[in-house]
Amino acid sequence: MKSLNWQIWAGFVLSLVAELSYPFLFVRWAITREFPWANLVLFAIALVLLFLGLRRAFKPDKRIVSKVFSSLAAAFGVLLLAGLLFMILVMGSWLPRSLGAPQVGQKAPGFTLTDSNSRPVTLAQLLTEPIDNKPLKGVLLIFYRGYW
Amino acid sequence: MRSFQKNLNKFNEAGIRIVGVSVDTPEQTREYMLQKAGYTFTFLSDPKLETIGRYDLVHAKELASGKDISRPAEFLIDPSGTVRWRMVTENFFVIARPEQVLEAAKALP
Repeated sequence: MKSLNWQIWAGFVLSLVAELSYPFLFVRWAITREFPWANLVLFAIALVLLFLGLRRAFKPDKRIVSKVFSSLAAAFGVLLLAGLLFMILVMGSWLPRSLGAPQVGQKAPGFTLTDSNSRPVTLAQLLTEPIDNKPLKGVLLIFYRGYW
Repeated sequence: MRSFQKNLNKFNEAGIRIVGVSVDTPEQTREYMLQKAGYTFTFLSDPKLETIGRYDLVHAKELASGKDISRPAEFLIDPSGTVRWRMVTENFFVIARPEQVLEAAKALP
């Protein structure tokens, strides 16, 4: 009875988890959604397992079937990683041009918006109210994608 | 944005008020940003994208949400209302870092 090449199986399953956990799990929390750190860490572990499994499968006493299967599993893992990198590097840049966004030196357009207590707040207010009883030096507006 | 929360003391010391703006409603902001994520700075809601539109930051029919949302962007505005520093990223996984903003804030009068 040959022992199971658990590394290749674990690596295969983990690379699937590393890929699918971003859209189905990690998007739920702000900290894992802003950047898919958790997924990259999972992929790193998956690749180590796949490498160990591959090395084991290519030992001289192993059958050709296990060599072929391990190679396919490792290739699939690498392909999934490529998918995640595609999302980060390519899909991440699918953004509008925003040529009309205020430039340095221009006046920031004023606004009245509601805060988290549903109270109206203006930019002018934000720019004049002191911060920690000290005069305000500036406001940092962070426009973010939101959690819908 | 997590890194800005972690450095909130430094921003307070520098006299910089941090304000987040998104399409989320006040209820959503309370649930996700304040209660679950533990943010403590000011958040403003622009569900109709009026201000986001005026800043030309609308990301129409965004892929993951299928909605019109804001693209990420950061503006440092002085008390006269003039933009003194900005980052309008080319990739939504890349957003401003606190150190960049604190460095730019040193040039404020």
